[in-house]
Amino acid sequence: MTFLRRYVFSLDHKVIGKQYLGLALLAVCTGMVLSWLMRLHLGWPNAAVPGLGTVSPNGAPGGVMTPEYYLSLMTMHGTIMVFFVLTTAPFAGFGNFLLPIQVGAEDMAFPRFNMMSFWVTFLAFVVLVSAFFVHDGPPISGWTAYAPLSAVGKDAGPGQGTGQILWAVSIALFCVGQLLGALNFIATTLDLRTKGMSLARLPYATWAWFITSVIGLIAFSVLLPACILLILDQVAGTSFFVPAGLVISDRLQPHAGGSPLLWQHLFWFFGHPEVYIAILPGFGIVSHILPAVARKPLLGPRVFIACLVAIGFLSYMVWGHHMFLSGMNPFSATLFSVPTLIITIPATVATLLWIGTLYGSKLRFSTAALFCLGFISVFVSGGLSGFFLAQPAVDVYLHGTYFVVGHFHFVMGVAAMFGIFAGTYFWFPKMFGRMMNETLGKWHFVGTFIGVYCVFMPMHYLGLEGDVRRYSAFTDEYMKGSLPLHRFITVAALFTGACQLLFLYNLVHSRFRGPLAPANPWEATSLEWSTASPPPHDNFGGQPPTVYHGPNEYGVAGRSGDYIMQASSEADPAA
Amino acid sequence: MGKLFAVIVVVIAAVSATIFILHVWWPPPDISVHGAGIDRELGQTMVATGVLFVAAQLALAWFVWQGSSRREGRPIKQFPGGATPLVVFAVVLVGIEILSLTFVGSKVWANIYIAPPDSGALHIDVQAEQFAYYFRHAGVDARFGGLHPDLIDDGSGNFFGLDPANDTTARDDIVASSLVIPVNQPILLTLHAKDVGHSFYVPDLRIQQDFVPGLVIPLHFTATHTGKYEIVCTQLCGLGHHTMRAFLEVMTRDQYDQWLKAQAP
Amino acid sequence: MMSAQRAPTAPIPAQTGVVAGIAAITMTFAAFTSALVMRKGGGADWTHFRLPPLLLANTVVLLASSGALEVARRRLRRAAPGGVRWLSVTMALGLLFVAGQVAAWRALAAQGVFLATGPSSAFFYVLTAAHGAHLLGGVSALAYLRYRVGRAAAPPLGALGAVTTYWHFMDGLWLYLFVILAVCV
Repeated sequence: MTFLRRYVFSLDHKVIGKQYLGLALLAVCTGMVLSWLMRLHLGWPNAAVPGLGTVSPNGAPGGVMTPEYYLSLMTMHGTIMVFFVLTTAPFAGFGNFLLPIQVGAEDMAFPRFNMMSFWVTFLAFVVLVSAFFVHDGPPISGWTAYAPLSAVGKDAGPGQGTGQILWAVSIALFCVGQLLGALNFIATTLDLRTKGMSLARLPYATWAWFITSVIGLIAFSVLLPACILLILDQVAGTSFFVPAGLVISDRLQPHAGGSPLLWQHLFWFFGHPEVYIAILPGFGIVSHILPAVARKPLLGPRVFIACLVAIGFLSYMVWGHHMFLSGMNPFSATLFSVPTLIITIPATVATLLWIGTLYGSKLRFSTAALFCLGFISVFVSGGLSGFFLAQPAVDVYLHGTYFVVGHFHFVMGVAAMFGIFAGTYFWFPKMFGRMMNETLGKWHFVGTFIGVYCVFMPMHYLGLEGDVRRYSAFTDEYMKGSLPLHRFITVAALFTGACQLLFLYNLVHSRFRGPLAPANPWEATSLEWSTASPPPHDNFGGQPPTVYHGPNEYGVAGRSGDYIMQASSEADPAA
Repeated sequence: MGKLFAVIVVVIAAVSATIFILHVWWPPPDISVHGAGIDRELGQTMVATGVLFVAAQLALAWFVWQGSSRREGRPIKQFPGGATPLVVFAVVLVGIEILSLTFVGSKVWANIYIAPPDSGALHIDVQAEQFAYYFRHAGVDARFGGLHPDLIDDGSGNFFGLDPANDTTARDDIVASSLVIPVNQPILLTLHAKDVGHSFYVPDLRIQQDFVPGLVIPLHFTATHTGKYEIVCTQLCGLGHHTMRAFLEVMTRDQYDQWLKAQAP
Repeated sequence: MMSAQRAPTAPIPAQTGVVAGIAAITMTFAAFTSALVMRKGGGADWTHFRLPPLLLANTVVLLASSGALEVARRRLRRAAPGGVRWLSVTMALGLLFVAGQVAAWRALAAQGVFLATGPSSAFFYVLTAAHGAHLLGGVSALAYLRYRVGRAAAPPLGALGAVTTYWHFMDGLWLYLFVILAVCV
């Protein structure tokens, strides 16, 4: 096999999974640097960042960021993180590598579609990043790209012409890539399970990836037409989202009759399920790892699966909670708030099941374990702050403030990231055949855990004071007083960012110099641990396993210890 | 390691909760009639979530502390009752909270956004644009002139696109860059946007509403305290978004009448 | 690429994939439809225009192509002769349909109705283009199927069933779009 066929255009789901993870790593480093620049500007708006003036002479002359430069960084930060990190790593990355192995298959159902899905996603990333290099720069309309700001072109602001079009093309491509991926996940989970692997015996991570792929199938199918209509409004003179009579930059715009709310409805119909796409794999990863590190079964596994299904189902009914104050019919606000509040029930149940699993456990504090425990803590924090925003009457005050920023960063930027970290520390040995350094890992965890609380908890306080989000600087009277807290957050963010260097170093060093990993270093039960580290090309060396048990056999008297592997033919011990 | 984690979690929970409880950072005093309902709901949600927050973090810390014990031969233990008590707790407790918050909250919401404005409300027309607000009073004839986007000319101060030459109702319209209102007077704003989406947010007034191009959106409230407060834009509208603001000046009835007289064109 | 130990009655991945794909495409056109409905009800500038009569002929061509595909499918399943030829007929009819759609566009353009003329024409072009693009995807799937049939001893029944399902769905989708356009545009 040529190099290109083996490593670049590989059909092997394990290579594709690693390619996705590599893309996500590149994306998260980019997104993080953007956030450091943003935080620096917020804390010290008039300071010159060394070297920035050379990199961006237009956007940051002399190293001092212009407001539009800040907003373009913010837009790209959000877009890159939500799409190319939080959808790519936990779902496309880990899911591609592990799902076929966990169900006992040799590969995904459609390997060629799988390979295409990665390269389309990669192309989407290239198109998005190219917006940094066009004359007017990236768009400034946020990752939500509300019309008419996003639809009328460069009259509305720098970056709103070419930059916005590139954004929309990139996201449209991303949708296509993810849809091809979702087809694979669904067909593989339903059709390629090995003998004895009933749906009831699927690992919880597999369940999470499967439900996520169903959510994604529907959500991305709606974002794609929305982006197409947006592109047409920009380049073809249509008016899907732009009404008549707008005067922008002293020019009467030629559009007529379109509806900005239409964009919001289409976007959030995708956008809300998207955040569950970002977090549900984390739910699955934590539920997968927690029993292995607690050495006891997950509490209430069938209830947990029901929670995943309920969250997936309800996620389609709540999108209007992003639009309480949007000008849509106020009756709808009450309608949307009910399922939004109801969805807290399965999320609460899942959290309590994890905490309940820890009761009476015999914890092994690997780094993967720590990130799972940290996930529970930050998900509690972020989930509870959502409770405020779910009520329209409270949202009247908190909408558009830093409270929202704190909330979604806790659940997405922290909890989902912790899921990715836990998965990395847990599955690195399986993927690369070497162990990561646990000492570095623990330092990484402690620094990150304290750091993220110092970054995002204060944002709730800022929000309570009415500090407005998406501001490039706080120059007005009532928000000037929040500057000290913003500076604290900036310092904490830079500290937390520095801690990630430990992780990066650990990844690279362990890849080449880490101690060789056995097949099952964590004494875990699921099928990926029944095969070598890393697995052979067809996953099981020509002998597909037969499954005799579910994934939850921990704390039992097994042949090899206090657990029984799914593929082990030993009998269930007497209950 | 487990004990360290437990300690960190407890410290974080304690510090965060304390800061919330002490109201170190908190909304400004409410100057509106409807705001009491919002503040009550905010407070109740704070208490409910605060209790859950502290309880969950402490439970996590406690179980992790226990789980880190290295005592030999210690058996694992199932959570008493298994999953059932947790499910019941979540459904019942969260269910009750949801029902009560929805029931009470929907009334607070309806009061602001669904109930019609007071029949004696003072109607002020508001235009949001990149990057300013303009406020229009109907003038002596109590009627607003028609708007013509093609006539908009910021240079001559015709922000709204009025046509006083041909439209008699437009001749006495008063345009200001501050929102000046009398205290204890029901106000009806009609919000429209000239270019892109904006928003109207006055934290002290506990009110917020997006402007949507193409729509005219009503918003009503009554201010209960005189003073000068900031109106800020919370809907990303372009590079000047962070500079887009105006002042809400709540005056006594006499001061307002004097102000209005002084504005007459 | 399938596990040797799967039960013989397990569903075939190609079929599952097609059903999932159909679900996705349905959601896409549902999004377009709700955009159309919202746009029509909201803006005061919805103008009506006459659909080119060529669309009726195109509809007949597309329905005929489904018929041809059914003939092909049955012959291939029975390993009777002529299966591949009928696949070719289907592809030709599909391409004829797309050509007919392009001709319909040009007829409209000749009347001065373009993409940006108004919201109704915008949706007309967008919906027909989206459908046509997906149909061309179906044509390439048929081409791939022809290639596989030519190379294998036994016809790939899984792929055959999947492609047929997809093609008939494209038919049904066109009928739905035709009705929507006829009613609204």
